[in-house]
Amino acid sequence: MFGSLASLEDDLLRQFDQLAREVESLFAPLRSVRDIRAAGRGAFPAVNVGVTPEAVEVYVFVPGIDPNALEVSLQDNLLVIAGERKLDYLEREDVNFYLRERHAGEFRRAISLPEDIDPERVEATYRNGILRIRVHKQEAVKPRHIEVKTG
Amino acid sequence: MAETTAISQTQETVPAPRREITLIPPVDVFEDENGLNLHADLPGVAPDQLDVRVDRNTLTIEGKAVIETPEGMEALYAEVRSPHYRRSFTLSSELEPEKIEARLKDGVLQLYIPKRESARPRKIQIKVA
Repeated sequence: MFGSLASLEDDLLRQFDQLAREVESLFAPLRSVRDIRAAGRGAFPAVNVGVTPEAVEVYVFVPGIDPNALEVSLQDNLLVIAGERKLDYLEREDVNFYLRERHAGEFRRAISLPEDIDPERVEATYRNGILRIRVHKQEAVKPRHIEVKTG
Repeated sequence: MAETTAISQTQETVPAPRREITLIPPVDVFEDENGLNLHADLPGVAPDQLDVRVDRNTLTIEGKAVIETPEGMEALYAEVRSPHYRRSFTLSSELEPEKIEARLKDGVLQLYIPKRESARPRKIQIKVA
């Protein structure tokens, strides 16, 4: 009896998974081609990336972190954010847990940025649990004037 | 599951009146002998954008993330697709919702919900005859 219940649950979970993927595919215009470093659903920390004519804006949703303990590096076009979130209460022995959903421990995310960035001009700020990294684009190459000589 | 789950999630049977997508923040809930602790990840939520309320026995946490975006920014990639967070829990009667303590720091909400004095474990002295 319980065996058949388990398979029912499995089937339901598969259906939910399928549904989740279908819902996700509704957003296909935004991510029709998946970045090879993109993380799966529920990865920590979540990341949003936007662009303006001047810069690439990266938002890392990393609450409850000492910003000094965050490691942000940029090599060529690869932005890496690494750190650790320690949850002290996990060590407590006098408590019972009912829900354990928050990420604990080390994390690392790598995001490939567009080609036209200037890796020398990067600013990072941390506020209310969001790390915002602005990477400026290269100064626009001035249009060259080509003279046409008459023969 | 533990036999005394004092806090449980409510099924949202009534559809939200708004059509905005709301995110369900991840939480940790744990109990010590004096009360329940709830820690929720709400990145981007400032204290003035947070609403924690108890209506009868339902605790609702609602927040709006403020994400500073420069004008004319186009989204390239987004894992967080809404600035709205919401999650509800039912509280059992031995808790004292009027004494909830809330603290929000770096996008993490910490709630402490004390138990009524009468619900706290009493130490019973055993006399040696």
